[in-house]
Amino acid sequence: MFFKHGMYLAEGSKAPVAASGVVSSMNVKPAKAAKAPSQKKDSSPVAVSENKDRKKDAPHPRMQFDDKSRVEKAKKRAVVKQTEARNRVELFRHLPQYEHGTRLLDLELKFFELDPVHPTVYKVGLRYLAGDISGGNARCIAMLQAFQESIKDYSTPPEKALIRDLTAKINCYVSFLIECRPLSISMGNAIRFLKNRIANLPVTLSESEAKTTLLTDIDRFINEKIILADQVIVGHAVTKIRDGDVLLTYGPSSAVEMILLQAHELGKQFRVVVVDSRPKLDGRLLLRRLVGKGLSCTYTHINAVSCIMHEVTRVFLGASSVLSNGTVYSKVGTACVAMVAHAFRVPVLVCCEAYKFHERVQLDSICFNELGDPDAISKVAGRKDINYLDDWANNENLQLLNLTYDATPSDYVSMIITDYGMVPPTSIPVIVREYRKEHLWI
Amino acid sequence: MWRRSASFVLDKQQQQYDDVEKQESSLLSSTTTPSMAETLQNPSPKISAYYQTRAAHHGVVTSDWLAQAQAAVGRDPDDHPSESSSKSNDSGKPFGVIDDFNNWRKQPDLAEAVAAIRALASVIRSSQATTMMELEIELKKASDSLKSWDTTSISLTAGCDLFLRYVTRTSALEYEDFDSAKLRLIERAEKFGEISYKARKIIAMLGQDFIFDGCTILVHGFSRVVLEVLKMAAQNRKLFRVFCTEGRPDRTGLRLSNELAKLDVPVKLLIDSAAAYSMDEVDMVFVGADGVVESGGIINMMGTYQIALVANCMNKPVYVAAESYKFARLYPLDQKDMVPALRPIDFGVPIPSKVEVETSARDYTPPQYLTLLFTDLGILTPSAVSDELIQLYL
Repeated sequence: MFFKHGMYLAEGSKAPVAASGVVSSMNVKPAKAAKAPSQKKDSSPVAVSENKDRKKDAPHPRMQFDDKSRVEKAKKRAVVKQTEARNRVELFRHLPQYEHGTRLLDLELKFFELDPVHPTVYKVGLRYLAGDISGGNARCIAMLQAFQESIKDYSTPPEKALIRDLTAKINCYVSFLIECRPLSISMGNAIRFLKNRIANLPVTLSESEAKTTLLTDIDRFINEKIILADQVIVGHAVTKIRDGDVLLTYGPSSAVEMILLQAHELGKQFRVVVVDSRPKLDGRLLLRRLVGKGLSCTYTHINAVSCIMHEVTRVFLGASSVLSNGTVYSKVGTACVAMVAHAFRVPVLVCCEAYKFHERVQLDSICFNELGDPDAISKVAGRKDINYLDDWANNENLQLLNLTYDATPSDYVSMIITDYGMVPPTSIPVIVREYRKEHLWI
Repeated sequence: MWRRSASFVLDKQQQQYDDVEKQESSLLSSTTTPSMAETLQNPSPKISAYYQTRAAHHGVVTSDWLAQAQAAVGRDPDDHPSESSSKSNDSGKPFGVIDDFNNWRKQPDLAEAVAAIRALASVIRSSQATTMMELEIELKKASDSLKSWDTTSISLTAGCDLFLRYVTRTSALEYEDFDSAKLRLIERAEKFGEISYKARKIIAMLGQDFIFDGCTILVHGFSRVVLEVLKMAAQNRKLFRVFCTEGRPDRTGLRLSNELAKLDVPVKLLIDSAAAYSMDEVDMVFVGADGVVESGGIINMMGTYQIALVANCMNKPVYVAAESYKFARLYPLDQKDMVPALRPIDFGVPIPSKVEVETSARDYTPPQYLTLLFTDLGILTPSAVSDELIQLYL
C-alpha cells in the first residue's frame, strides 16, 4: 500500500517523495525523481525515444533505472519478466541489473506464444541473452538480418499506413531486444538508419516495392558500412605493421583479427601477444583462430600486461564505439591496456568502423555502461573448490560488480583507423558531422 | 638494450645484403646505354635529392655557387617550358614534365612543390587529350613521374596529390563539353598555383602579429617561410632578436643569420647543443616544415623534435609556418615510421669504417609539442590539419 502511494505521489507532482516510506530494496533518490524528463505520453517503448521528436538534435538519454516511476511503467509493458537483482552497487544504480538465469528459461517457454514479436527476432534476442552472439558487428548484423526476415513477412494491416505501422513494429522489436540485453551503440546507429529509411519511403510505393527497397537498403548498409569498411580498415592497418613487430591485442575484436590474418598472409614477420581477462576469457577464441593460421602467439592475463609491455612495439585494439571527444568505448580492460601502453610509449591503434561513431561525449565509465552477471565473477570455470563466494547475495556488506564496458580517454590513443582512413582521435567529430550528411543517413 | 627486440641484428644483415645487391645491379645497368628516362631520374637515389637541392640553395654561399646561380638565372624561365614542351610533344609527355619541373626548380626562391604544381598546370595546358578520362590519366602519369623523381620529398608528393584532388574535384566536369571543362581545369590549376605561390605572403602577414616588441625568437633550420615572416615583422618596425641554431650538417643557420643580418635584425648563433641552455631567454620558437602529417605533427630538419621537446618542457610556444600544400596523408607513429631520407655528413675528420653514423636528415615532431600552425588557410591548431584533409579527401 505504501509502495503504491509513493508511486502516485511521484507521478502527480514532481516534488520530492520525501516521507512516503517506500519499502523495497531500491532506494528512491528524490532529486533524481524531480530531475527526470517529463512524462511519457503514449505507450511507445522505453529507451528508444519519443524524446527524439521533441529534441531532434540532442541524443536521447537512456532510462535511468533509479527513477521509480519510470521503472514501474517499463515493467508493466515488458514482455520479459525480470526480477531485480539484490545487493546492487550504489554508484551504478542508474543502470539496469537483473537476476540472470531466470530470464532465459522464461523466454524459452514462451517461444510459441508468438504474439507481438516475430520469431526470428525472438531467436536473436534469446541468443543475446545466452551470450551466444557477442561483439558489435556480429550483434548488429544478426539484428539487421532478423529485421529483414520480419519485414519480409510483414503485411500492412487494413486502415493503417505502412510507414507508421512498420515503425511501431520495429520499436516493439527493439524494446524486446533491449530487455534481453541493452543495445550496443552499433545496434543503436543501425536502428536509427533503418527508421530513417522507413520514414523516407515515398508514399506512392506499393507495399511489396517498399519492402524490397527496405531489404536492399539493409543489405547495402551491411555490405558498405560493415563488410567493405572492414576491408578498408585492414588495408590501412597492415601498412603500419613492419617485420619484426610484436603486436599486442586485447580481447576478441573482429577487425583486429582480420588485420592480423591479412598481415600474416602478406608474409610479414611478426608475433602477437593476446591479452585476456576474466570472467569471460573470450580472448581464447581469437587465440585459437590465430594459432590455427600459423601465427606465433603469446597468451597472457591482463594482470601481466605491465610485465610484457616492454617487448611490445604496437598495440591494436578494437572498439565498440568512439565518442565525439575521442574517447574510445570498448570492452572493460581496454583502458588499462591503453594506459600501460602509453606509459611505455607504445603507439595504440584503435580500429573501428565509422558507423559505430556516436556524437555523445563521455568523461568516465560510470554514466553509461552495462552491468553483466555478478555470479560470473564468483565462479571460476573448472574449479569447484573455489566456492568462497557461493552465497555472496546473502551478505549485506558484499556487492559484486561486473562491468562490461569502459571508456579510454583520447590522450592514450595514438590513431584511430576507420574506413575514412587513419585519423587522430580529435577528428572524430568531423567524421560524425560529415557522415551524417551522406545520403544514407539524411 | 638498443631496441625492443634483438631482431635489429638480423635487420642489419638484411640491409648489408640489400646494399651488395644494389651495387651489383647498378654495375650491370651501367653497361647498357642509359635511356632518356634514367638520365632524368635522380642521379644518386641513396641520397635524398630534396636535401641536396636545399643544400645547393641554402648552404653556405661560395663563389662556385654564385657562378652556378648566375648561369641558372641567365636562362629565361618563361620561354623554356613552352620550348621544352613543344619539343617533348614528340618524345613523350613525362619527360616534358620533368624538364619543366627542373627549370622551375632551379630558382632558389621557388618551393619545389610550387614548381611541380606549375609544371603540372602546363601539362594540362599543352595536353592533346580529347576526353576527360584521357586528360586525367595523363595528369596522373605526369604526377607519378614527378613523385618518383624524389620519393623522399614529402611536400612534392603532397603537393602533387593535393593538386590532383583540387583540380579534378569540380562536379560540373561531367556536364560540360570537353573544351570548356579543360578551360575550367586550367583555371583551377592556375588558381592553385597562385595560392601556393602567394602562400608565403599570407603566412607572413598572419605570423608577424605574433611577434611583439622586445621578444626573442629561436629559429631552427632555414625555412623561406619563416624568413618571410621575420622579414615582414622587421619591415613593420618591430624590435626583436633572433637566436639561430647552427643547423649541422647543412649549416643552414649560417645562411639564415646572413639574411637576417641584412635586415638589421640582431642575430645570435648557437650551436645545436646550446638550445636548452638558451631556452630560458627565448619567448617563442619558429620553425618551418618539410611536411605536415595527418596527426598534426610535422616532419622537418633533424633537430626540430629536440627543440620542440625542450620548448614544451619550459612552456615556450612552438609555432610552425607551413603552406597548405604540404599537408600529407601520412601518419608516422614514431621516428622510424617514415620513408628514410639520408644525407651524408661531413665530420671534417675521417671516421673509421666500423663506426656507424646516423645520417637521417629529418625527424618527426608529434603534435602535442606544437602550439600553432601558420598556414595560408589561416592559423590552425594541430588537430585542425586532419579536419582539412578529411574535407578535401572525402
